Amino acid sequence: MIVIEPRPSPSKALTIAAPVFAGIAALALAAIPIALAGANPIDAYGYMVTGAFGSLFAFSETLTRTTPLILTGLAAAVAFRARLWNIGGEGQLYAGALAAVAVGTGAIDAPPWLMIPLVLLAGAIAGALFFLGPALLKLRFGADEVVTTLLLNFVMLLFVQMMLEGPLKDPMSLGWPQSAPITDAAALPTLIPRMRVHSGLIVGLVAVAAVWVMMRRTVWGMEIRAVGENAPAARYAGIPVTATVVRVALLSGALAGLAGVGEVAGLKGYLTNDLSPGFGYAGIVVAMLAGLSPLGVVAAALFIAAVFVGADSMSRGLGVASYIADLVVALSLLCVLVGGFFTRFRLRFAGRPAQAGS
Amino acid sequence: MPDLVLRLSGITKRFGPLVANDGVDLDLHRGEVLALLGENGAGKTTLMNILFGHYVANSGEVSVAGEDGTLRPLPPGSPHAALAAGIGMVHQHFTLAENLTGLENIMLGTEPVLRLSRRTGAARKKVGAVMRESGLAVDLDVQVSRLTVGERQRVEILKALYRDARILVLDEPTAVLTPAEADGLFATIRALAAGGLAVIFISHKLGEVLAVSNRIAVLRGGRKVGEMATAGADRRGIAEMMVGRDVPASRRTPRERGRPLFELDRVSVGGGHRRGLEDASLAIAEGEIVGIAGVSGNGQAALAALAAGLARPASGAMRLFGAEVRGHDPRSFSRAGVARIPEDRHHDGVVGAMTVAENVALEEIREPRFQRGGFLRFGAIRARAEQAIRDYDVRCQGPEAPARLLSGGNIQKLILARVLDREPRLVLANQPTRGLDIGAQTEVHRRLLAARERGAGVLLISEDLDELMMLSDRISVIYAGRLSEALPAEGLDRGTLGLMMAGHAEEKAA
Repeated sequence: MIVIEPRPSPSKALTIAAPVFAGIAALALAAIPIALAGANPIDAYGYMVTGAFGSLFAFSETLTRTTPLILTGLAAAVAFRARLWNIGGEGQLYAGALAAVAVGTGAIDAPPWLMIPLVLLAGAIAGALFFLGPALLKLRFGADEVVTTLLLNFVMLLFVQMMLEGPLKDPMSLGWPQSAPITDAAALPTLIPRMRVHSGLIVGLVAVAAVWVMMRRTVWGMEIRAVGENAPAARYAGIPVTATVVRVALLSGALAGLAGVGEVAGLKGYLTNDLSPGFGYAGIVVAMLAGLSPLGVVAAALFIAAVFVGADSMSRGLGVASYIADLVVALSLLCVLVGGFFTRFRLRFAGRPAQAGS
Repeated sequence: MPDLVLRLSGITKRFGPLVANDGVDLDLHRGEVLALLGENGAGKTTLMNILFGHYVANSGEVSVAGEDGTLRPLPPGSPHAALAAGIGMVHQHFTLAENLTGLENIMLGTEPVLRLSRRTGAARKKVGAVMRESGLAVDLDVQVSRLTVGERQRVEILKALYRDARILVLDEPTAVLTPAEADGLFATIRALAAGGLAVIFISHKLGEVLAVSNRIAVLRGGRKVGEMATAGADRRGIAEMMVGRDVPASRRTPRERGRPLFELDRVSVGGGHRRGLEDASLAIAEGEIVGIAGVSGNGQAALAALAAGLARPASGAMRLFGAEVRGHDPRSFSRAGVARIPEDRHHDGVVGAMTVAENVALEEIREPRFQRGGFLRFGAIRARAEQAIRDYDVRCQGPEAPARLLSGGNIQKLILARVLDREPRLVLANQPTRGLDIGAQTEVHRRLLAARERGAGVLLISEDLDELMMLSDRISVIYAGRLSEALPAEGLDRGTLGLMMAGHAEEKAA
């Protein structure tokens, strides 16, 4: 008989090992469909690794993918810490991108040292405000933020489409629904010449460091943890629960908004309605893989980005559909959820009870 | 001796380094009530969980008499086997499905899963017979959510009896009952025992153990430290056996009442889904403890919420330290000098995932001594926690241990350290000793009396009449949202209070 027992106190090593094993398990499980598709999984993963890390170009591509995932992952991690289930990273990302385009395509003319912070700020504010609504609805009426944020993603995507067909449409775009390009002054500079990796990555890493310090060392961070772990006790102890939740919502939305700014002003240069291939949703996986730890977000984002970039290369090399990347991402979320269970509980095989005194 | 129905021999259970049960032997006979007495953490519940198959002992054996009266070992770790052997358990926290009726709850789990129709007729007949034999009466067709706590307990007992339990384990059964309901329960237990049932009655309240049991077994620190017949056992001796030391009795010294600290003047407030207060007036002065007696659910939660800063009066006036209250929020109350001890210390008192140190500093985290510019001052927080652990004897692995690893008594000490260390002027103590062992109870009483001695006013809300009579200068009874006039405790007797708690104040006044 198998008995499930809670572990008295999950060890630190286990908390780190669990997501690592989850990632490995996801790759192992994905080998089955790869094999079914007629490819040798070892070759396939070889292509994946080379495709993601095999050259400076490959690594730059992986980092480019990592950038938005760090920010959306951090957005989800911060919110989840406070038990605020932000599924709306995708919508907040587009809100940020929309604001960046509104500010950075020529409406304001200023030198880069002013323009870049301005674009970042505009995107952060737009993302923050777009999450404030659901947060206030939750606080005031108990509206489930999972539902509201999820549905607002589609609202925002349609709104972006409307803007791209209307006021924000680039007259020079030959009829394509895309915005005017970000001006040179507002563009986030690239980090390596002739490579796509851009300074949005720096923004992401600074945000990680800032959130890490905030959660660990500040009153706000402690209040967020207290509200997330036990809101009634936090309220009883005089922690302003409403203000804390609002604060978290603004921060989480702002981070996701920054991801949108990076994609528009650092990578694409203009806004289209396929700016993000689901970075907002992938951010949820990143946050879960990271165990909601800000530092873990960087590693998890790198892993997910490498899977995506590597899968393209694998697809080109072996003719396996690159959808395998989505499969790996989904499987790693499932594996980390199972893994999370095993960090809190352990199985004991109780075929015979421990030596009885009989 | 009547026939033996249950024998626990040499039960040892370890959780990591902690030995919860250490070689416990226990016999139970047909038709007897055995009280299992011990402090919280003495290992009573662990022992019963082993008996019921929730835990597997590291060593030792449980044997149950079969139909023929011979003892057979019970397979460990199998609640199913325990049920089949006729062991029924009524947990401290009920395990009823609230949206089902009493009858459905009683039948739950006894029917095959794959049957479309339910044979309620036969079940109803059998439950009816059980009710007649045991004297337990309850309306079977009412949803459990609409039953009183006492009725729910009867459903739990009926559930066990319905499954032909020959051994009934009651874990802290009176914790949730009014004195009258508890007396009813005792009568039921005696009747059931007279009918041949063997009962294990788990408690840490001496009075009720003496009232109901035939035999007493005392556990301390996981070992059985004593066993005696109830007849002839003395209270103080057993108490000392339980705690292993003299129990200092709390005593109040007479003291002058000072200026009023907390005043309610014809206050009404809604209680959400719980009962609110109606037209309640109360005054607590410096240097006095005002006790609020009453059965839970009569408005205590609303009164406590007012005093904790969690609610504001819908009508009427509320004054704190002589001034009208402006900001009804916990932080300003705490800063103004109100120490607040919540009723549910796990739910409202501590954040289990956070450390002892963080929990000690939680209320004052925004004070300059714990933060500078929004950044935490870890040194000061740790020092504060170390002092709290030392001064209040909080047993834990250290300031960095997660609070959820602490026992109930130590969580309460942590909360006392958090709120009382700042020399508060008003103390709200809501059920401060519920579920605590005698040692921790005494400590809570001592701290409350010390606060009073220092000149603080104390609002003590409790269901424990002994505690109220011992500590309070004046006692008010809360019933159906109304507060009676607070009368000096010296002139009150338990009978009068009990009548008032049951809503008979008018008769007495007439």
